[in-house]
Amino acid sequence: MAKAEQKNNTRRLLPFEKPLEELYEKLDKLKTIGSAGKMDMSEEIRLLEKRIEATRQQIFAKLNPIQVVQVARFIQRPTTLEYVSMIFDDFLELHGDRNFSDDPAMIAGVAKLEGRSVVVLGHQKGHSTKEYLARNLGMANPEGYRKALRIMRLAERYNKPIISFIDTPGAYPGLGAEERGQAEAIAKNLREMAELTVPFISIITGEGGSGGALGIAMGNRVLMMEFSIYSVISPEGCASILFRDATRASDAAVAMKITSKDLLELNVIDEIIKEPVGGAHNDPDLAAKNMKAAILRNLEPLLPLSHHELIADRYNKYRKMGIYNEG
Amino acid sequence: MSIHDWFKRKKLQKETEYTRERLDIPGNLWVKCYKCGQAIFARDLAENLKVCPKCGYHFKLTAAERFAQLFPKNSFKEINESLTSTNFLNFKDTKDYGQRIEESIMKSNYKDAIVTVLGKLDGLEVAVGVMNFAFMGGSMGSVVGEKFARLVEAAVEKKLPVIVFSTSGGARMQESIMSLMQMAKTSAALGRLRENRLPYISILTDPTTGGVSASFAMLGDVNLAEPGALIGFAGPRVIEQTIRQKLPPGFQRSEFLLAHGMIDMVCERKDLRDTLVKLLKFFRD
Repeated sequence: MAKAEQKNNTRRLLPFEKPLEELYEKLDKLKTIGSAGKMDMSEEIRLLEKRIEATRQQIFAKLNPIQVVQVARFIQRPTTLEYVSMIFDDFLELHGDRNFSDDPAMIAGVAKLEGRSVVVLGHQKGHSTKEYLARNLGMANPEGYRKALRIMRLAERYNKPIISFIDTPGAYPGLGAEERGQAEAIAKNLREMAELTVPFISIITGEGGSGGALGIAMGNRVLMMEFSIYSVISPEGCASILFRDATRASDAAVAMKITSKDLLELNVIDEIIKEPVGGAHNDPDLAAKNMKAAILRNLEPLLPLSHHELIADRYNKYRKMGIYNEG
Repeated sequence: MSIHDWFKRKKLQKETEYTRERLDIPGNLWVKCYKCGQAIFARDLAENLKVCPKCGYHFKLTAAERFAQLFPKNSFKEINESLTSTNFLNFKDTKDYGQRIEESIMKSNYKDAIVTVLGKLDGLEVAVGVMNFAFMGGSMGSVVGEKFARLVEAAVEKKLPVIVFSTSGGARMQESIMSLMQMAKTSAALGRLRENRLPYISILTDPTTGGVSASFAMLGDVNLAEPGALIGFAGPRVIEQTIRQKLPPGFQRSEFLLAHGMIDMVCERKDLRDTLVKLLKFFRD
């Protein structure tokens, strides 16, 4: 137990980062020797750190889709609340759907973006089992989607842009969720988001899981972090239902085209936000900086649009989606 | 029993499960009710709108059967019938999606999982969509989404009310993200309809789950459901696996949704047409 906790506080590597483990161990040894003061190890440390960085770069240059899934779901991946605190000023979290309860899996609030008032909302996961439990791993219940809609309407009433952050395995498939109308909550959000009269930007930061993701993701612009995923079903779910073999998640991840690059090619998203080498968790500040630049760049052309133009822009965007034969 | 027999038996079971709902009634003199086991004379079942005379179980209808019940005088015309699905991702699971599409067309006699028409119901012009469970479980891919959006847009143009009968397992996974985007597209189209103050009546039939329930099926000005239909966001098996307990009887059935405020009424098939006409007249007058 103690060991596990200790591991929590130190470095955590992704399963495919195994080659780095040995290098890090060496680095730790060098640092211990160096700090003992007997020998100057700074040159060796510098070289080893460089090597670690180069190895990491190599690994991340050719991630396969299921590895991207692992990065997207990584326990250390920056959460919505962290991005919000790094990108915006004066964030105030607002709570509750005014009907049933407050859903901790969905956060919402008001903030300033370079001095401009905006509304932010998104799924909230966490960095530990405890947080995962408290936040239900970002799997929102109907009240989460209804809170999101309440805040989006608030934005509309006061003419403020909306920025949504998507990071969820999916909407929660629970007993209470069904009783309280999970399907209706998501469906209504889809219809209402299409009609919003304010600029709306959605960013897939980690896991874009199906209807639970789309339920807050119908922006005028949809951006994706480089190592995030967006999919109609999890690779595991697809493998067990369509491939009839739960162990083929890796094949399903390839077949489903769920990476940012795939989705840009399919014109489902508008832009890929570059992540630091090793993924956003390796340098959250840089990840947030890139994200902020992308938000500002995409928001800018939307600001002068009229209500009517904003709705038309969004309608046309989603109306075009679909590939079929005719005649 | 040899291992061979065991496999054969399993396969047989699967086939009967799969085909039982699709029994072509004229070919079979007697039909067994899936719910109460009653043997029903096929012609009696057809005359009773494919509802079990003993227990009231509502058999699944094909789109053609639904249209025949709705428009006895054949007063309707199909639109956008030439749209077909394509395997644009080169998706292949246990079978190539392209092959799956072809086989579904052959087996079901439909080009995809929804048929859209413009018609007259008791003299009232309406835009109607009927989903087909027999076509890949009524799953929504680009074709379903596109035909739905075009139906709604036609209704906006001609100022008609929209009626849609849903039955679907959800999004068509073989079209991956594009199937998810159909949820956005269909819901956005309904937003337009609403803005134009044109009524939308959604009839949820057995089963309606996943991406279809979480988009257009739940968005009716009035939501009706046939008795005993399975309706929900997540399928019962997924929920059981998530919460690790058995679900209570009647969970996610029409009557459960009525009790939880998600639908306006549970409407028996024999009353459906009259109910629709009454609603349409309310909106018109």
